[in-house]
Amino acid sequence: MSNSLYGEILDLLENDARMGVEDIALMTGASADRVRQAIDTMEQEKVIVKYAAIVNREKVASEEAEALIEVKVIPKRGQGYDDLAERIYGFSEVKSVYLMSGAFDLSVIVHAKNMKQISQFVFEKLAVLEGVASTVTHFIMRKYKEQGVILMAKEQEERLVISP
Amino acid sequence: MTMDRMISDRVKDVPPSGIRKFFDIASEMKDCISLGVGEPDFDTPWNIRESAIYALESGKTHYTSNHGSTELRKAILQYLNMQFGLIYELNQVLVTVGASEALDLVFRAIMNPGDEVLIPSPSYVAYMPGVSFAGGVPVPMRLKESDSFRITPEVLSSVITPKTKAIVIAFPNNPTGAVMKKADYEKIADIIIENDLIVIADEIYAELTYGEPHYSIAELPGMLERTVVINGFSKAFAMTGFRLGYAVGPKPLIDAMVKIHQFSMLCASSLSQEAGIEAIKYECSNDFPQVKKMTAEYNRRRRLMYAGLNEMGLSCFEPLGAFYIFPNISKTGLDSDEFCKRLLFEKKVACVPGSAFGDGMDNFIRCSYASSLDNLKEALARIKSFIESL
Repeated sequence: MSNSLYGEILDLLENDARMGVEDIALMTGASADRVRQAIDTMEQEKVIVKYAAIVNREKVASEEAEALIEVKVIPKRGQGYDDLAERIYGFSEVKSVYLMSGAFDLSVIVHAKNMKQISQFVFEKLAVLEGVASTVTHFIMRKYKEQGVILMAKEQEERLVISP
Repeated sequence: MTMDRMISDRVKDVPPSGIRKFFDIASEMKDCISLGVGEPDFDTPWNIRESAIYALESGKTHYTSNHGSTELRKAILQYLNMQFGLIYELNQVLVTVGASEALDLVFRAIMNPGDEVLIPSPSYVAYMPGVSFAGGVPVPMRLKESDSFRITPEVLSSVITPKTKAIVIAFPNNPTGAVMKKADYEKIADIIIENDLIVIADEIYAELTYGEPHYSIAELPGMLERTVVINGFSKAFAMTGFRLGYAVGPKPLIDAMVKIHQFSMLCASSLSQEAGIEAIKYECSNDFPQVKKMTAEYNRRRRLMYAGLNEMGLSCFEPLGAFYIFPNISKTGLDSDEFCKRLLFEKKVACVPGSAFGDGMDNFIRCSYASSLDNLKEALARIKSFIESL
């Protein structure tokens, strides 16, 4: 999987998931068949997990809310953190779960229709789980950059149209 | 005073830039896609910009030494050694206001009236006027597409005269995208040494190669002591507006360049110099992540353009460096000026006519692929429909 074509394809798709096989072939210098095959392989092996859009939710003026929740955990012997993480990531409100080094253990990002729902989720579902020692909920107030994309980008100064 | 008396003959005799007239038309035009841009479309990496902001905040706003700050010169030495295996002393580096100033300085430092300087043709538009302004005589070396626009021993021998003082070597090349490899330099090295020429190696595109890494002619035996290597931050680090470049070479020649620089420019911008230190330090200690990323991206676009232009019947040799492609338009029956003008007016795509880069380059146009993928695709589609309409 360390093949450089695979890496090139991933770079391109990570930047534009809608890029077609033909374009990828032109840009990598590989045949369309080889590109198609490589993408198939990576999809099967779950290297490419999903093709999704990066959405700037603020622009659709919704009430939706997101929060980052720090969770301290009492790990169980023989099971570590994985069992509890599974209990948490199963909820549909949960967008991401990471095991962290530092002052807390699990970083849980939760998405819901509004702030009230997130609060409810925390005290009804998350905080009461066996093994959860404590939670600290941080609501996300504004997103500046999402997955490498600056959401509040300013207009760029134009380059000269022709230069030597 | 009459206009005619006011301006020196030397300046009057230099023809205006062939790029300029196109610029005036294209910049007025709406929805024009430009393949005429000779600078990266990437923003300067943020760490570099941030270091310039910090430099301003912390008051690094004074003159530096004429040579450039010691820290930057040390960084440049480390960089040249890491990337190209070149070894120089601190007093062999001069930091300049862009590679352009370094070129101007070297021409002025070596030229006596009537001395001839060999210039690859086609090449960057500033060499010929630069030599003329310095009182020398630019002599084009007509490079051929069939030689992949490289300098061959035959071409070189045919233009050398007793007055030849220096040769400009500019690879990866603007506008062709041609590169010269070690073996190509070995073929011309003896002629250069026999005729005791100074080599002016403009290596501004050295980071942008798409096959083998760049090889500097200064690395060949017998070359270091006669070669000035000119480079800068514009292309490798997307820092065109910072105007930061440098020259390295034999100490007596660098000293002569410093003599002019100290009276004309004094030093390059202190803020830009601070940004340059960050650019090199970050890249050198992290295995060149940003340089590699930009090069990989240019390479993709290069392949797209190369395939696209050939597919529509504009044959072009494969460029292996810089961010230009130089298709041959002779089968359209138009010369490069007319081709570019009509393409601009009829399809709103701006390219630069080959004629701007040297006599006899009327069969070529320069397309820059330092532009977004969407732009390049749209431009290719428009060029295709233009050719079909002929």
